[in-house]
Amino acid sequence: MNLHEYQGKALFREYGLPVSQGIACDTTEEVLAAAKQIGGDMWVVKAQVHAGGRGKAGGVQLVKTEAEIREFCDRLIGTRLVTYQTDADGQPVSKILIESCTDIASELYLGAVVDRSSRRIVFMASTEGGVEIEKVAHETPEKILKAAVDPLVGAQPYQAREIGFKLGLNPTQLKQFTQIFLGLAKLFEEKDVALIEVNPLVITDEGNLHCLDAKVVIDSNAMYRHADLAAMHDPSQDDAREAKAAKWDLNYVALDGNIGCMVNGAGLAMGTMDTVKIHGGAPANFLDVGGGATKERVAEAFKIILSDTNVKAVFVNIFGGIVRCDMIAEGIIGAVEEVGVTVPVVVRLEGNNAEKGAEILSQSDLNIIAGESLTDAAQKVVAAAGGAA
Amino acid sequence: MSILINRETKVICQGFTGKNGTFHSEQAIAYGTQMVGGVTPGKGGSEHLGLPVFNTVSDAVSQTGADASVIYVPAPFVLDSIMEAVDAGIQIIVCITEGVPTLDMLKAKVACDHAGIVLIGPNCPGVITPDECKIGIMPGHIHQKGKVGIVSRSGTLTYEAVKQTTDMGYGQSTCVGIGGDPIPGSNFIDILGRFEKDPETEAIVMIGEIGGTAEEEAADFIKAEVSKPVVSYIAGVTAPAGKRMGHAGAIISGGKGTAAEKFAALEAAGVTVTRNLAEIGQTLKRATGW
Repeated sequence: MNLHEYQGKALFREYGLPVSQGIACDTTEEVLAAAKQIGGDMWVVKAQVHAGGRGKAGGVQLVKTEAEIREFCDRLIGTRLVTYQTDADGQPVSKILIESCTDIASELYLGAVVDRSSRRIVFMASTEGGVEIEKVAHETPEKILKAAVDPLVGAQPYQAREIGFKLGLNPTQLKQFTQIFLGLAKLFEEKDVALIEVNPLVITDEGNLHCLDAKVVIDSNAMYRHADLAAMHDPSQDDAREAKAAKWDLNYVALDGNIGCMVNGAGLAMGTMDTVKIHGGAPANFLDVGGGATKERVAEAFKIILSDTNVKAVFVNIFGGIVRCDMIAEGIIGAVEEVGVTVPVVVRLEGNNAEKGAEILSQSDLNIIAGESLTDAAQKVVAAAGGAA
Repeated sequence: MSILINRETKVICQGFTGKNGTFHSEQAIAYGTQMVGGVTPGKGGSEHLGLPVFNTVSDAVSQTGADASVIYVPAPFVLDSIMEAVDAGIQIIVCITEGVPTLDMLKAKVACDHAGIVLIGPNCPGVITPDECKIGIMPGHIHQKGKVGIVSRSGTLTYEAVKQTTDMGYGQSTCVGIGGDPIPGSNFIDILGRFEKDPETEAIVMIGEIGGTAEEEAADFIKAEVSKPVVSYIAGVTAPAGKRMGHAGAIISGGKGTAAEKFAALEAAGVTVTRNLAEIGQTLKRATGW
């Protein structure tokens, strides 16, 4: 689960990390009032969306006057911000974070992730702050400094010192860096973080370290033990269809083709999309309907798939392991009837009682086509959707 | 021979009297797995599915001599269950549960490694040695005793590979679902190494998917350590970047973890790959000359 910058910074503050004084606001008037409250004659206003690249997209600005604040807020609040990390529709802007201004002498990068290869929380730091870290990692991997956290003893100060010396920090900054490093590590472990980034971690004109941005992603599997974080969830940032599917425990991801896919199992769902492509078609979605594939779940899955008006045919691919295919066939027929599916539906059933399942499907007078094998079904669904793209 | 489990393996179930534990234990018993009991705290001394129920794993191990445990407890209790099994001297732990917090798995993995215990999963279908022992949720009837070792990050894709190798008449030595999470208890390399040493396994099917670099690491390992023919399929060629495709671990992030990279790494290591899911069996025939 992604957090907004203002939420991430609230966590940073809780863990004693240096962040700017800031207030998250819903309206232009609130932003203006917040500017007065913060004081000074210059502020930074930042659109709160779940995407990076906000600066280049006009979602972050230095403002000095009421007119500038009004212009920024009126331009952004209630609209969608498109950055290189969003899709063409962008993400809705409903909150603006206004902060005091920070003088920047130089920019560093500090982040941590769960590294899958080493099975450790790994911290990464670089003198190349403020830019895309993936690019730095790709082009100049030697500029990324790393420290792996031992799962049993946790992050240790020496790890911060090792990185800090290599970053060229002075003794005061080294102390500050150690505190930031240990604070982030504590936050990571206590809040079940999946990814945390301070980009940039700046050195101010006075020579102090300061966290200018905060990107925090929480492990969705751990939400059950963090009611405080669950309350931070902003559903407006989620894809509407994906959110609706999630309510039914269905995993749905929209794609841009015209063949809807309904599959049991995440791996097979991806494999089905790839099979459609091999036969010249284009998948409209990823959808894992789960092991049960009951009539209710199949019906909900059909509704979500068909809410995409590009869909010209639906491919149902079920490997009925323990559940009997004849039962699944009846569930599919019931769901097609209930939802009133009008596009052709090609069904491939494999596993327990597969032949009986195919027989039941072919006897229905609905627009259901039984596929004899994965390949046969894929060819039939591509043809039903109007042929190869 | 086979890997990890065989007809001698004595299995207990943690979360035995729950819905999943009950259903899949029944299936395992019907398949012929040597289920020797189960654990549900507070129900010790009772009987379930004709087997003894124990309060603790320690009691179950001392009274039944169990060496394997299958875990069906809900995600919040998985770390506790794994640690209990480790402490009680279980040698192989198979965790089926989906949705385990990643940081819990970092700790569980260290504990298992330290104790020299094999952990399979979580978020996996389990392990089966056909005709001998089935630990997990896979449909037993599609399997056939044979000579192909199968290792996979996905449950239903494993079944596809199983069905094709059964239809071709090759059968399987052991099938291992390592699971779809970012931090699995065992990875491809752990299982490939065992298949390489297993005399019953003559060829290996490895099924990967987008996300992480486990397939790339497996490619390096195969090049250096595996002499048996390896066939591989990777799911997710059409998956968009930055989107989690069902499995917690199936996500292309920062441009890394694409199917194209994985296919390239495996091909460079001499693995026979197929981009067509329906042709795993045929590809195996080509790679082995069977």
